[in-house]
Amino acid sequence: MAVIRDVMPAFDLFQPSSIADAQKLLQQQGSDGWVLAGGMDSFDWLKDRIKKPKVVVDLSGIAELKGIRSTAEGIEIGAMTTLTEVVEHPLIKEKFKLLADAAELVASPQIRNQGTIGGNVSQDARCWYYRAGWPCYRAGGNICYADTPEGRNREHAILYADRCVAVNPSDTAPALIALDAKFVIRGPKGERAIDAEDYFIGPDIDITSLHVLRPGDLLTAIRIPSTWAGAQFYFEKVRDRNVWDFPLLNVASAMVVSNGGIERIRIAVNGAAARPLRLRVVEDAVRGKPANAATGESAGKLAVQGAVPLQFNAYKIPLMRNLVKRAIGGVAEATWTS
Amino acid sequence: MDFLKWAISPWGQRVPIHIAWFLIWVAVIAGFLFFIVHATYLRYFAKPKEFQSSGSPLIAARIPEHVPRHSLTARLFHWIMAASMFTLLFTAFLPKVGMPFDWVTYHWIAGSVLTVSILFHIVHASFFMDFWSIWPDKIDLRDAFRRTLRFLGKPEPPPDKFAKYPLENKLYHAAIMAAGLSLVVTGVFMMFRVRTIFFPRNPYLFSDMTWGMMYVLHGLAGVGLIALIMVHVYFGLRPEKRPITKSMIFGWMSRDFYLKEHDPQRWPVESPISSPASKGEAPEGLRDAG
Repeated sequence: MAVIRDVMPAFDLFQPSSIADAQKLLQQQGSDGWVLAGGMDSFDWLKDRIKKPKVVVDLSGIAELKGIRSTAEGIEIGAMTTLTEVVEHPLIKEKFKLLADAAELVASPQIRNQGTIGGNVSQDARCWYYRAGWPCYRAGGNICYADTPEGRNREHAILYADRCVAVNPSDTAPALIALDAKFVIRGPKGERAIDAEDYFIGPDIDITSLHVLRPGDLLTAIRIPSTWAGAQFYFEKVRDRNVWDFPLLNVASAMVVSNGGIERIRIAVNGAAARPLRLRVVEDAVRGKPANAATGESAGKLAVQGAVPLQFNAYKIPLMRNLVKRAIGGVAEATWTS
Repeated sequence: MDFLKWAISPWGQRVPIHIAWFLIWVAVIAGFLFFIVHATYLRYFAKPKEFQSSGSPLIAARIPEHVPRHSLTARLFHWIMAASMFTLLFTAFLPKVGMPFDWVTYHWIAGSVLTVSILFHIVHASFFMDFWSIWPDKIDLRDAFRRTLRFLGKPEPPPDKFAKYPLENKLYHAAIMAAGLSLVVTGVFMMFRVRTIFFPRNPYLFSDMTWGMMYVLHGLAGVGLIALIMVHVYFGLRPEKRPITKSMIFGWMSRDFYLKEHDPQRWPVESPISSPASKGEAPEGLRDAG
C-alpha cells in the first residue's frame, strides 16, 4: 500500500470563531467532518492519506475553547488549551499537580506547545496496522492484524480486548479520571457534561472509536472539581524512549491519607486497554488500609486479574502490577518485582 | 450505491468486508411493504377460500376435538430458535443503527444456541418426524397453479385442502432454512475471529477474499432474516392464522379449524379406513409430524 506523505488530500477548510458555529458546522457535515485541534494526530492521518475527510473544521480560532478558568467548583480547562499551558498554569501546579505531571510527560516540548488537552484525550489509537490504513476492525473492516500469532502486538491490550486489541495512548486521560474530571460536550441536543471515565469507550461498545463523540459533537471543556485538590498524587509513565514516546503503560492516582490509612482514592491506568481503566476494585480493596508496600503489593495483584496477554506483550502484566503497587505504596517503599 | 463495503487488503487485493448497512433499512421497509400489500389484498381483493370437498362425514366424526399439531419437543425447538434469532438480530443490528452496546458475547452465545438447536432439529425432523411434510409436493404445486388461475378469473376446479402445512408455510420454511443455515455456517467460522470458549482464534483460516465473502453472506442472510421474521410475526398475529399460532403454544388446533383448512387424507389424524388405535398403536396422524 503506497503511502504518500506530506501531500494532504483536498478538503474544505472551515475556521469558525465560536463554539456555536463550530458545532453547527460539524452537525451539518456529519461523518464527512473532521475536527482539527492542535493537529498532532490529525496531520498524521491526513498526510498519510489514510483518512480523507471532505471537510476539516479548524478550532484554533475559537477563543472560548482556550484557557484555564477558576470556577466555584474547581477549574475549567478549555479543550483547545495547549498542554504546555496546562503544565505551566499555577493553579494546576498548585492544586492538581497530577494533571501537570501527566501533561508534562506527553511527547516533546514542541508537541506540547501545539497539542491541546482536548486533542490529547481524543486522539486515535496508535496501532500501526490501523495507522497504516489496513482494513482492520477499527477501520471498519473485519479483522485484527495485531491479534494474531505473527502480529506485532508488544504495545497492545492486555485487558478488555474485544476483536480489536489497540490501546488508548493518552497520558492525560488517566490523570483526569483520577481527578474525577467532567468532560463538557456540545452536541446537536445541547451541552452535556459526562464523567471522564465515561468519555472513553472500548471496542465492545464501538470498535471504530476510542471515545463517545459522535458526528456533530464537540468537546468544549474539561472541568476538574476541587474534590481532589491538593491530594497525594502519583503519575508514572513507562515508555520505550524517555525522550518522547507514547506510553507502554501509565498510572495516575489521587489519594487522601489520614491517620495512616487511605481515606479516599481514585486510580486509573492507560495503555492496558482500548480505554483508560479506572481500577474501582483496587480502590475498594485499599480504602482504609495503610498506604504502604504491602497494600500496594496486593493492589497490584488485584489490578491485573483477568489480564490476557497477546504473543508479545506479557511484560505488561508485571509492569501494570508494579505501577499500581508504586502508585499506592510509593516508589521508595515498593520494590519492583517481575 | 454500493451494496457491499470493499477494502484493499494488505496484499493489494480488493476484497469485500461486509454488506452496506443501509440494507438493514431496505429489509425493514420491505417487511412493512409486505404487510401493507398483503393486508390490502386480503381486505379488498381476496376471494373467500374455496376447497374441494375432502372426506366423508364419517372421517370428520373421527377427528378429535383437539388435533395434535406440534409436539412439546417441536414447540420447544421453535421457541428456543425464535429467542436466539431475536437475540441475534438485536445484537447484530442495533449497534449498526445507532444503539451501541457490548454485543459480541451475547451474539456468539445466541448463535451457538441457534446452531445447536438447528442441529437438533435436523436430527429430530429427519428421524422422528414426518420429514417430507414440510416440503412442497405435487399437489401443492398443482393447487398453487389452480389458485393463481382462479384469482385471474380462469375456470379451474378449487384446490385441495392443505396437508399439514400450506404451501406458503413450506416456502417460508425453505427461505428461513436457507437464511438460517447460511448464518449458522458462516457464523461458526466467524467465531474463529473472536475469543470464544470453543476454539482458539485463527483469523488466517481463510484468505481475505473468502473471509470477505463469508461476512457478506452472513450479512445478507442477516438482513434477509429481518424481513423474514417480520413477515412471520405478521402472519402469527393475523386473526385468520391465530389457530396456527396457538398450536405452536399449546400443541393442538381445534377440530373445526382442522376440518376447514386441512385435508384428513393428506394429513391424517385418524385413519379413514381403520383405526390403528383400536389395535393398540398410535394413529399415524397422532404421531408427531412436525
